[in-house]
Amino acid sequence: MDERRLNNNIRRLRFDHDEMTQQQLADAVGVTRQTIAAIEKGKYSPSLELAFRMALIFGLPLEKVFSYDLIHEKGQEEE
Amino acid sequence: MSYQERRAIVNFISSILITTLYSLYMFQRYPDTDAYSVEVFRYWGWFILILIPVSIVARIIIYIIFIILNTIATRELEPSISDERDKLIELKSARISLYVFTLGFLLAMISLVLEQPPSVMFIILISAGLLSDTLNELAQFYFYRRGF
Repeated sequence: MDERRLNNNIRRLRFDHDEMTQQQLADAVGVTRQTIAAIEKGKYSPSLELAFRMALIFGLPLEKVFSYDLIHEKGQEEE
Repeated sequence: MSYQERRAIVNFISSILITTLYSLYMFQRYPDTDAYSVEVFRYWGWFILILIPVSIVARIIIYIIFIILNTIATRELEPSISDERDKLIELKSARISLYVFTLGFLLAMISLVLEQPPSVMFIILISAGLLSDTLNELAQFYFYRRGF
């Protein structure tokens, strides 16, 4: 089975939404700022419900916010 | 370092501090009688019964001091909610803590089987309690640092 990793565009999407802060996004989806920071860094994979809530805030489908990419041997990821 | 990481460190230090100071105080009052006398059992009963409220009150005081100092130093307020990641970390840490305490409990029972005095069993039980508590905080620190 291919090794994959959950990636996200949250940082860019926050910037595109009037430079929304991590705290503002956290308040909007009902989590702590630290959890948003951990998701952005790829350290924590959110629950499906939280992922959908974030997508709703950005007004985008889930796959535009999160992607499940293949990991190459050198640690690079494929679209 | 996040608020949760700092809180775990403070809880870790306060656990060790409270139990150590309390034990040092109480060991001076250990009854000078036969190791299997009723007095010894009564002593250990009081030891654990008093440790619980003392520990709760001391932890509350230390936590209030931590919140005040943390707010002054970082201007970061305590998170008002506990989200899914917090609960996941709490569960994982509690599981580790439970395993450690169960192992300590079994060791305490083994000490009785090996005909050790009751004081040995109580010391193992109290040590297991302290160890499980501190490992709970260390595990929380590790999981928050790692991400989950």
